[in-house]
Amino acid sequence: MAELTMVEAINQALHEAMEADEAVMVLGEDVGVDGGIFRATQGLIEAFGEERVVDTPLAESGILGFSIGLALNGMKPVPEMQFSGFSYLGFHQLESHASRMRWRTQGRFGVPMVVRMPYGAGVRALEHHSESREVFYAHMPGLKIVVPSTPANARALLHAAIADPDPVVFFEPKASYRAFREEVPDAVEEIEIGRARTAREGDDLTVIAFGAMLPVALEAAETLSGEDGREAEVIDLLSLSPLDHGTVTRSVARTGRCVVVHEAPMSYGPAGEICARINEHAFLTLEAPVARVTGPDIHVPFFAREEHFLPDAARVLAACRETLAF
Amino acid sequence: MPREPIEIDLELNHLSILDQEGTVDEALMPEIPDELLRRGFRTMLLARRFDERRLTLQRSGQIGTFAPVNGQEAAQIGTIGALRPSDWFVPSYRETAANLWRGTDPADMLVFDAGYNEGVNLPEEARDLPNAVPVGTQMLQAVGIAHAARLRGSDDVAMTFFGDGATSQGDFHEALNFAAVFDCPVVFVCQNNQYAISVPRSRQTASRTLAQKAIAYGLPALQVDGNDLFACHVAASEAVARARRDGRATLIECVTYRLEMHTTADDPTRYREDDEVERWLERDPLKRLATYLADRGVLDKDGREAMEDEIEEIIDDAWERAQARIAELDSVGPIFEHIHAEPTPELVRQRERWLDDADRGGGDHG
Repeated sequence: MAELTMVEAINQALHEAMEADEAVMVLGEDVGVDGGIFRATQGLIEAFGEERVVDTPLAESGILGFSIGLALNGMKPVPEMQFSGFSYLGFHQLESHASRMRWRTQGRFGVPMVVRMPYGAGVRALEHHSESREVFYAHMPGLKIVVPSTPANARALLHAAIADPDPVVFFEPKASYRAFREEVPDAVEEIEIGRARTAREGDDLTVIAFGAMLPVALEAAETLSGEDGREAEVIDLLSLSPLDHGTVTRSVARTGRCVVVHEAPMSYGPAGEICARINEHAFLTLEAPVARVTGPDIHVPFFAREEHFLPDAARVLAACRETLAF
Repeated sequence: MPREPIEIDLELNHLSILDQEGTVDEALMPEIPDELLRRGFRTMLLARRFDERRLTLQRSGQIGTFAPVNGQEAAQIGTIGALRPSDWFVPSYRETAANLWRGTDPADMLVFDAGYNEGVNLPEEARDLPNAVPVGTQMLQAVGIAHAARLRGSDDVAMTFFGDGATSQGDFHEALNFAAVFDCPVVFVCQNNQYAISVPRSRQTASRTLAQKAIAYGLPALQVDGNDLFACHVAASEAVARARRDGRATLIECVTYRLEMHTTADDPTRYREDDEVERWLERDPLKRLATYLADRGVLDKDGREAMEDEIEEIIDDAWERAQARIAELDSVGPIFEHIHAEPTPELVRQRERWLDDADRGGGDHG
């Protein structure tokens, strides 16, 4: 049992996966000698050599298109997009090819590939380094999208993603990379992709979050418990596609009230899909309208004002109280 | 010394062996057995006749839009013929002749043209990718495939096809760059057919040639008469050998011409003159090769007629088999297949719902 940060847990998972399977490769910008700008790939090139840990030219489409080719011919590439804000230069390789190749070839060719990319605000970064555009990827048929929230589930989900026969986008909440430590078991474990977890139990309302918003939701839930004596159930989605709407709607059916939290802009954000699922499966149990606590429909401000963009525990708490009072 | 020339390797050749009169340059002519010559010509002729039939089928509404290959048969057969079956073929969307050479069943192609996914029917051992439509994007995949072959200790190579328009795309440049940086055994075959739909080659680039773009990436290149089967074959054979032996990529520019429309959905008279097409008809790759084969006694008049009859039968048979297969295909269920290796619970649910609606004669899929 070791206490690891999320970035250390991701690094450990990469070491373990490369140790276990010679087909696993890591490639991207600065992932080799430098060990990745967040150190997620630290030590890999020393352990596995430059054939399997590849510093590539600076070209996102190149990295993803090249990785698709590697995957088509027997490798299991784990390309890194240095920031999700740069992934759009390679977006078409995911939309036009990685997500479609199995379908297009009637099952003959799969693309077992895990695209890691740090996302989200809260680290005082420059423009293009703070966006939360998970729905771009969650909207693509044929692609899975996973967002860990803690060191242990980051490691377990990364193992599951690498074992998956289809392409997975692995969205890493960079604000959580070093925010806290958690005990990570010695043995390799996997979390099934497409399964949400209950991060906190409660009967009065359901709060749904993922990634870097999970600690925010939990903090609000603790305050609500301490100050108001009301208990929020907090659901950690972990996978956005496939979405485990069963876990969400069973909880909402029990509590009758729901707040959805994400840092992406509000319109057409993940909460829209979750609200639709609740409408379809738990509408008659609702005691209040489902509330959204999200970023506004703006670009993430330059960092001096980014805290005004990001949902915080105070906004989540206020939404919980409004929902409970409805 | 503040200012002095930098020496870079600027070698670039144009290769032509079989001229439009059907005469070869004997000094440059490769050794090709008569049987292989007949097979090459036969595949080119099959591709041409297949296109003619498909145009009739498309105009009568029996198949959908397709991209004719007419005029580019030598560029495809000359290059693809340099591969062995275990090498990888990464096409764009106009590689009918190359597909036929690789053994793709024309019945499958017609099932595809009729709008059914089942037309992509790759056997387990296939090293052929299906059509890639977004221009130039498949090139990077060919580079990755080639690199994986090397990592896995194989000497297989990959050959990828694209057009003049693709050389304007970022993926073209990223593919050449990755191939050069990582020593990937890949052959880039540019079929410069002079037009990207309506936009002429002169609007794609101000470069004198497309081939020279490889020089900037440190790769060898060759420009060939793309309507000359032998020049294309020599260029491709050299490139495949270089890839297999040294892991070094090559860019081949085949200067050719699309004699028909971009796809059956456009009208080329809007953007080019008839006399231009006439000039290129004189350079037809099939005509000059037929002349050469007749002069050499490899394929005489009777042999040619027998070949035409055989091809007509192949195409008749392919269309009959395609129609029979289409008649047996389910309508709704297959659209949900192969999205993932295992369908997600949500897709299972949606599939059931769509099937129920179809049973009721269509309706609300909400």
